[in-house]
Amino acid sequence: MKRTAVLTILCVLLLQGVSSAQRVKGSDTLLPLTQELAEQYLEKHPESEIIVTGGGSGVGIAALPENTTDIAMASRRIKFGEKMKFAEIGLDAREVIVAYDALAVVVNPSNPVDSLTREQLEAIFRGKITNWKEVGGEDWKIVVYSRETSSGTYEFFKESVLDNKNYMSSILSMPATGAIIQSVKQTKGAIGYIGLAYLNRFVKPLSVSYDGGRHYAEPSVRTAADGSYPIVRPLYYYYDAEKESIVSPFVSYVLSDEGQASVLEQGFVPVREETSDTSGKLTSVR
Amino acid sequence: MKRFLEKAVKWILTGSGFVTSAVILLIIGFLFTEGAGLFGEPVVEEGYVLALNDDNPVRTMTAAEIKAVFDEDITNWKELGGPDLQIMTFRLEDADEYFSEEELGSRYEHAGAAIASLVKSHPGMVAFVPESLIPENPGLNFIEDKNISPGEVLGGKEWFPTATPAPLFGILPLLAGTLWVSLFAILFALPFGISIAVYMSEVASERVRGFLKPVIELLNGIPSVVYGFFGLIVIVPMLQQVFGLPVGESGLAGSIVLAIMALPTIVTVAEDAMRNCPRTLREASLALGATKWQTIYKVVIPSSMSGIASGVVLGIGRAVGETMAVLMVTGNAAVIPASILEPLRTIPATIAAELGEAPAGGAHYQSLFLLGVILFFITFFINLCVEFISSRNRAKNR
Repeated sequence: MKRTAVLTILCVLLLQGVSSAQRVKGSDTLLPLTQELAEQYLEKHPESEIIVTGGGSGVGIAALPENTTDIAMASRRIKFGEKMKFAEIGLDAREVIVAYDALAVVVNPSNPVDSLTREQLEAIFRGKITNWKEVGGEDWKIVVYSRETSSGTYEFFKESVLDNKNYMSSILSMPATGAIIQSVKQTKGAIGYIGLAYLNRFVKPLSVSYDGGRHYAEPSVRTAADGSYPIVRPLYYYYDAEKESIVSPFVSYVLSDEGQASVLEQGFVPVREETSDTSGKLTSVR
Repeated sequence: MKRFLEKAVKWILTGSGFVTSAVILLIIGFLFTEGAGLFGEPVVEEGYVLALNDDNPVRTMTAAEIKAVFDEDITNWKELGGPDLQIMTFRLEDADEYFSEEELGSRYEHAGAAIASLVKSHPGMVAFVPESLIPENPGLNFIEDKNISPGEVLGGKEWFPTATPAPLFGILPLLAGTLWVSLFAILFALPFGISIAVYMSEVASERVRGFLKPVIELLNGIPSVVYGFFGLIVIVPMLQQVFGLPVGESGLAGSIVLAIMALPTIVTVAEDAMRNCPRTLREASLALGATKWQTIYKVVIPSSMSGIASGVVLGIGRAVGETMAVLMVTGNAAVIPASILEPLRTIPATIAAELGEAPAGGAHYQSLFLLGVILFFITFFINLCVEFISSRNRAKNR
């Protein structure tokens, strides 16, 4: 036990001695974007060092109190349980939204239905509505496609659209977004969800209403940024407030116009589209 | 010197044999211990409890009932043998809605007490909270937590490992899906495989054979994800049109892809076996006046039966264990299929799709190992069948 402790301390000292590299860890959704941003940042600041690794949002957030990362990337908000863990050890974590990711609900282009409410979507994905004529379409069976359980998109859609309830068990789960597009393209009664960046002409995006059908919004970078399109998830960076001086150059580069331009390039919604109210600002977790 | 070398080689061979066997036994042991661990896990997620109001007499709920309650499919305690009361559910994530920051305390030191008093003031509430959060003597009732029973797993009809608070681990849909797809795959592959093998070994000229054999063996080298993609963009839409299905991702699509994938194995092994049929047997048959066809199906095929059988089993083995191709074309719906034209989910596809996210050591992780154990038994059983067939055949040939 004692030896392990000594070894750990030695390792930590060694690591700190080698360099002041910033470690960024977490969500696989944010991984390609952060890598791209880090590369650009390093071109301008060749003296610094940034190490970006994936593993999932949960892994990143768990690494923060253990001090094995400086910035945790997360494609979801920190959970209550995780916040409590931070509070226990007195870690004051800062949260910053670096980009938004919108999910589009898509159907086959031959489907006449072009808008649904959240309640209707919930009923469809939970197997309570099984025919398109119940939501004003043709007399077709609804074929529901979902991502596999390991996907963060699956979790977010469950949280946002299904109100934390479970999907029906007979849902068709596809291993990748590409497979969902392919299936929706060739199946008449299909419905599925994909990231905004993946939208193409083979599938038709639906307008979605979260207020019982009063306002419908079509998914696009603009509607996602101005808040009218509801199925949008913020993508977060979390870091220890004490380390603010170390991480803030990189974080502010991400939030700069230049950083946000590559956010848009990578198919995400920038936080600084004309109307940004709370986004982009630093907020304390609690 | 020579003797020493011979001894050394002998020792190396023995040693590697022992090491290999030991490693295989270790892997099997690991698989079984991890898999059996599932039955030591509680029904409700580990470390969490379901807290009820003191006046609520309900004490037991099955995993399926807990899921139905939190999905708002069961909305009244009456349906669970309790009083006529609306069910209210509370998850830890809802804490922000009920309490302000001050009420929870700056370090959430009051969170437990706040939740306890909330449950106390709502007679119909059921709260899903961490055990560590609940204060001592809270004046609450808890749903009795039992371990996951083998009956629920082996006889369960619902596979829902990510359901909170109570995941469901019924393996019947997965088992049925695997057997169903493999059965049809082998039904398609067997006639084609055997006839190609007969053609290549008995009928085809040397030149045709020299061309055909490498081509068929080439099929073995194609990565399975390529087969899967081919199935998704060619076979799935084709089936959809031919059978007029609402959804093309089906067991049939999976079994056709698997049949194509199993063909090279069956053909190669069966053809080799037939070509190795002793010349004397053929000549004796022809000398007795049998025609070429009579010789093939009365002499060549029976005498190479064990080779054909092992080819078939290797093919089945590939079909049962195949992951990626099946994952892409069967739709992966965890329901017990009523016909081969419906979407279904197989055991290997489930393990591949879910192991990445399952937290190591948790119930979900262990249930995937249990699926591995079941897959192990299926292949073990198939191997026993082959042993039986070939040993019977050997006895007959003697």
